[in-house]
Amino acid sequence: MSGSNGFKSFFIEIGELTLFAKRFFKELFSRPFEGKELLRQCYNIGNRSILLVAVTGFIIGLVITLQTRPTLEGFGAESWMPSMVSLSIIREIGPVIIALTFAGRIASGIGAELGSMRVTEQIDAMEVSGTNPFKFLVVTRIVAATLMLPLLVLLGDAIALSGSYLIENVKGEVSFVLYFNKVFKVLEFSDLIPATIKTFFFGFAIALVGCFKGYHCEKGTVGVGAAANSAVVFSSMLLFVIDFVAVFVTDIFFEL
Amino acid sequence: MSREQNISKAIENIDTKSVILEIKDLRKSFGSNHVLNGFNLKLYEGENLVIMGKSGSGKSVMIKCLVGLLQADSGSIKIMGQEINTINQKDLNILRTEIGFLFQGSALYDSMTVRENLEFPLRRHKTRFKDATNMDELVTEALESVGLLHAIDLMPAELSGGMKRRIALARTLILKPKIILYDEPTSGLDPITSKEIIELMRSIQKKYKTSSLIITHDVDCARVVSERIILLVDGINYVEGTYSELSTSTDAQVKAFFK
Repeated sequence: MSGSNGFKSFFIEIGELTLFAKRFFKELFSRPFEGKELLRQCYNIGNRSILLVAVTGFIIGLVITLQTRPTLEGFGAESWMPSMVSLSIIREIGPVIIALTFAGRIASGIGAELGSMRVTEQIDAMEVSGTNPFKFLVVTRIVAATLMLPLLVLLGDAIALSGSYLIENVKGEVSFVLYFNKVFKVLEFSDLIPATIKTFFFGFAIALVGCFKGYHCEKGTVGVGAAANSAVVFSSMLLFVIDFVAVFVTDIFFEL
Repeated sequence: MSREQNISKAIENIDTKSVILEIKDLRKSFGSNHVLNGFNLKLYEGENLVIMGKSGSGKSVMIKCLVGLLQADSGSIKIMGQEINTINQKDLNILRTEIGFLFQGSALYDSMTVRENLEFPLRRHKTRFKDATNMDELVTEALESVGLLHAIDLMPAELSGGMKRRIALARTLILKPKIILYDEPTSGLDPITSKEIIELMRSIQKKYKTSSLIITHDVDCARVVSERIILLVDGINYVEGTYSELSTSTDAQVKAFFK
């Protein structure tokens, strides 16, 4: 019984999220445009995540190289390391792991911020002052996250490759020029473009879920915590679904 | 002239004044919970009307229906001649600039300074306040009227509960509304700060000549600011009169309230 209720409420939530997304697209193209607030959100969302993305990217590069090196050495194929690491980071690991850390940082932040604004009646106060709070709070955050995540992923990818180079240089005495020559030799636009396009969808999904959870927050401070928590869980799950669809579509167009 | 005489004179004048806000047969339910069951009221220009009632009697739901934060199930709400239940969003937003709303918890925007909190509604309605100098003047004037000009660059987190309420009142005043709705203006405040807020409400009403609808269960607040009181019981008007009439009533429900 409770299982079927859980199933039902899950689909109700998906329906509500879809309506929320529909409202976003409707409000996105209607006046007035909140340009100043959008820039502020781009700065907040991008700037607040740079350090996290940099550290995550660097560690991804280090760890993948350290873990993979012994296996490749066993086959005498350590010269393939830059090609293998760059492809896996650019195509999949970079976008997904950076998006997951971004979800942890931004979806929970937006969920908690809008949630607390909801329970302390700040959103109502905005509405009463004749402002459209959806446009001011939700549209700006979703657009900012959609634009910022691809940039952060590109930055994270570059830092991850630098981390990988560091290990290769220490363990295999590979020069900077040789390492990155091998990286760019194997990488093609068909690796970079689909991977970057999907990060726009990741950014959109993360902020959409964060805003949805926060905007519809109920039950006081307990609700704020629950909104932040479920924003991270739901957006992380959605990322994997989007990733699966993106890889599937990429395979059709680019034959991976 | 004593305060009682002033109030009697005000009530005599009510009949000659025009109605600025009128509610007829307002009903609102949440599932099987019928919160408002045919509530009626008339607020006249320049009048201070207090709505009293126990927690859960439907006061806050009623005031949220007034500004379109909640949609009533049935009934009519007319503010300055415009029907809220059928008005379009654009016209509602314009009408909202004529209505100030003081929230129970102040509802200051946490991420903005006091100045930005006050500028926010002005920036939203640029057509009315084009001039930046004018904006500064309006912010200063609103803060001076609540005696907190020195707090202009502080964040809400740096303010006490009473200061927050006064800043919220300043934000309410900034668009020079014709009607101010107060939702529990003294709740959560100590008695001294409550008195200060009550005095402030009176002085604002005098200075700006606004009509005020005050929702409270604070009997002291009702005694000082009200010209007329409506007691709301189970979502419907139970009794109406001046403070002195209700405080001397022999009805058990009314007596329990004014004890």
